[in-house]
Amino acid sequence: MSPNTDVIQGTLDLLILKTLSLAPLHGFGIARRIEQISRGTFKVNPGSLLTALQRLERAGWLDAAWRESPNARRARYYALTRAGRRQLEAETADWTRKAAAVARLLGAEG
Amino acid sequence: MSLWRQATRGLRVLLRREAADGEVDDEVRHWLAEATAAHLSRGLSPAEARRAAQLEIGNVAVVRDEVRAHGWEAVVGATLADLRYGLRQLRRSPGFTAVCVLTLALGIGAATAVFSAVNPILLAPLPYPRADRLLAISDLAPDGSPVYVTYGTYRELATRDRDFAALAVMDGWRPALMGNAEPERLHGLRVSADWFRALGVAPAVGRDFTAADDQPGGPRVAIVGAGLARRRLGGARAVLGRTITLEGDPYTVIGVMPAGFEDVLSPAAEVWVPCQYRAVASFESAEWGHHMVMVARLLPGVTAPQAARDIAAIARNPIPEFPRPPWADLKGGLGAHSLQHDVVRGARPVLVAVLGAVLLVLAIAGVNVTNLLLARGARRRGEIAMRAALGGARGRLVRQLVTESLLLAALGGAAAMPVAMLGVRALVALSPPGLPRISAVRLDAPVFGFALATTVLVGLVVGLVPALGVSRADLQAGVQQGSRRAAGGHERTRRALVVAEVALALVLLVGAGLLLRSIGRLFAVAPGFDGAGVLTMQVEAAGRASDSVRVQYFDQVLAAVRAVPGVASAAFTSQLPLSGDLDAYGILFQSNPPTRRNDYGNALRYAVTPGYLETMRIPLERGRLLEASDATGGPEAVLINESFARRIFPGRDPVGQLVRAGPELGSPDRPWDVVVGVVGDVKQTSLALDAPDAFYVPMSRWPWVDAVQSLVVRARGDAAALAPAVRRAIWSVNRDQPIDRVATMDAMLAGSAAQVRFALTVFEAFALAALALAAIGIFGVLSGSVAERTREIGVRTALGASRGSIVMLVARQGLGLTALGAAIGLGVAVAASRALASLLFGVSRLDPATYLGVVTLLAGAALLACAVPAWRAARVDPAITLRSE
Repeated sequence: MSPNTDVIQGTLDLLILKTLSLAPLHGFGIARRIEQISRGTFKVNPGSLLTALQRLERAGWLDAAWRESPNARRARYYALTRAGRRQLEAETADWTRKAAAVARLLGAEG
Repeated sequence: MSLWRQATRGLRVLLRREAADGEVDDEVRHWLAEATAAHLSRGLSPAEARRAAQLEIGNVAVVRDEVRAHGWEAVVGATLADLRYGLRQLRRSPGFTAVCVLTLALGIGAATAVFSAVNPILLAPLPYPRADRLLAISDLAPDGSPVYVTYGTYRELATRDRDFAALAVMDGWRPALMGNAEPERLHGLRVSADWFRALGVAPAVGRDFTAADDQPGGPRVAIVGAGLARRRLGGARAVLGRTITLEGDPYTVIGVMPAGFEDVLSPAAEVWVPCQYRAVASFESAEWGHHMVMVARLLPGVTAPQAARDIAAIARNPIPEFPRPPWADLKGGLGAHSLQHDVVRGARPVLVAVLGAVLLVLAIAGVNVTNLLLARGARRRGEIAMRAALGGARGRLVRQLVTESLLLAALGGAAAMPVAMLGVRALVALSPPGLPRISAVRLDAPVFGFALATTVLVGLVVGLVPALGVSRADLQAGVQQGSRRAAGGHERTRRALVVAEVALALVLLVGAGLLLRSIGRLFAVAPGFDGAGVLTMQVEAAGRASDSVRVQYFDQVLAAVRAVPGVASAAFTSQLPLSGDLDAYGILFQSNPPTRRNDYGNALRYAVTPGYLETMRIPLERGRLLEASDATGGPEAVLINESFARRIFPGRDPVGQLVRAGPELGSPDRPWDVVVGVVGDVKQTSLALDAPDAFYVPMSRWPWVDAVQSLVVRARGDAAALAPAVRRAIWSVNRDQPIDRVATMDAMLAGSAAQVRFALTVFEAFALAALALAAIGIFGVLSGSVAERTREIGVRTALGASRGSIVMLVARQGLGLTALGAAIGLGVAVAASRALASLLFGVSRLDPATYLGVVTLLAGAALLACAVPAWRAARVDPAITLRSE
């Protein structure tokens, strides 16, 4: 059985925001970056990614615009807004706190 | 910011669906290109790279749908699609749609119209600030029934009770407005100074009454309504400070009430003056007559029960500073109710009955439409099964069907608005006189809210029953054949609905039947006079004039009226039977002294001109009637009525007994009058009540001459047609005197039962509609059943069943449903008739004849409804049916 590569529930937004905090990217690029940086732990399918991008854009955390990609294809590029950056900070802090708590719990048991 | 984005992005998708879809497609396609390129760079062949990328991504359409399914516009989009589909469905069957919309329009429209009357009268607070702080305080008779208070009681409460921010009394007044244009009798009130402060409304222009205005001999000042100011006095600003002539006296207008102000205790009132009673007055004076209405506004922090307890304590504990006469000793206590309760008390029974009736009609309309939807659902089984097979989720199917029923309800609700408008007009036109707050009955925001809520509720309920039934049904069976046989579940529901319909219709029919019998009984009651061919109107001798001048004026009027062609006879009376007049005085018979000092019996006083009893054809039982000579001299002649005579003088001859009536009964200086005759009983307040004690005296011999008298004219021909000529005759004597309440005695008689008649009209209309709907329901179910059982009927016929037995087969089904519905309906009607009890007269709410008649009527309608389907079943040709399978 192949290993579970689903993104942990509720963390896809955080992963997208973090990825875009480095540079604006198109959908495929975001998926690719997440896959690479997580060394294949997470695989993102287009349906959920594009849905999430639409939601984040509507929330005002991302801006979207059609641009030429380096290999001369028209692509929809997403960029972090100022509100998005604040959201990233908040979500990062939140995640760090929770991850530490989970780590402590696991450590206590072991 | 993000809300703005949500809205604009969503709207863009809704309005430019293609472009938005294209954008998602482009994005997915770009993804595909990038993924393919990535695979290519890893060394796969172009074909393999494409395939790998496509495998990763899956179906482009599915991805697009996944993205589209999020966001609010998806819900809206689906709903719009449902609506479009629903509209197409409704357009496809216009007959079905029309019947449903019409049924719902009638049901919702009628309910809305009735609600528009019930809301301001029973539900909405009175149109005053903090109306919940207002109390109506009444004196209580020994039997606990409320009676008017005396001014003396008001003075005592005003001084001793500390619970009220304002306490005030009023008394009705009908002054003649004279001096400009046609004389008019206004509706007005004589009030104590705090009247408007108690209601919590101040004049819009000018000032309120003060304590200084309300003193004996105080200034003649008046506050007028905005309507009167506009209609007769040249506008609110112009009238302030002006002098108007009321009853011949000049009054200075000091204030004008705001436009739209309604004095709920006397809705027609448009002029108010201070009553100017004395704080201390002898028991013989008007200050100690039971004729005033008392209203109190509670101080902040005082509760109504607390105030009621304090009032009761004061009633129980008289103090020497406030002596009380025997008739106002407050031994029965004082009652305190919310003013709202007091104002609507009389209207509540009839409104509750009408509200109940309209809810039944609405229920029947709903049941009928549910039934039609079910029948249609059965025909749409194929379509629905197909949608389910193609992946339509059950929830989505139910939503589709409920959307359709909501759409129907919305169309019905829209069509209900004209129905409601007509209904409101009809209700106001039909409404019995004396219904409070009738001016507030109209289509306003709360009423529209009610209509909307009702529409949505009906749409949901009506749609859910068939929708759940359809989606529960075996969808597979539906696909295999547009099944004619597998409709068992539906049939059961439809039959249950028809049974419900019959039961509801029966309840309404019983109500209508009971009211019809009551009206019949009521008008079978002899009023004690012969009203046919009698015209009446109120004639006034307004202005300061001595009694002899008034008598002279009334005599001149009589002479002029008697000279009008077509007039057989004419006379005056101080009060007219069944007109709302009620005027009683103490009476004392020499041979029958009171058991307690000053405690005299009361009897209705008719101060009449000789000829009144003859004109009204009130029969003479003993002695003689009043004669012309009684009006001018000799010992004063008095007539009493039959039941009064029988009670006071059992076994003795009342004629020749000595009697005193009116003021100063106990005074030894007063001469005794003589009973000269006994006349028949006359109903005064209502046909439904026993005739009260009464006495008749010559108008000119009573201690004073009333300024307002009712003229009764017996016509040789049509009484109503005589009115203009009689009016001209009166005005030929004096052009400045108002004439009021022109009506035939027959109209008075009919008006006295107006509440029951109103309820009857509404019930009749609703019951007939219900009967028709129930018959249509039976017809629909039987028709459907015959259509579904064509094959079975064919087989039966082929096997030798006679036409008669086939007709019986169908009729038995229809009549069985009717019988079951009628049985349930009878049970409900027995319980529900309780709500009508107070409107009934002379007939028990369980009157067997009514119930029997109603069931017979229903059975007749059911038979009619069975006839066509049964006839159709009997004509089924077995050969055709069997071949078609």
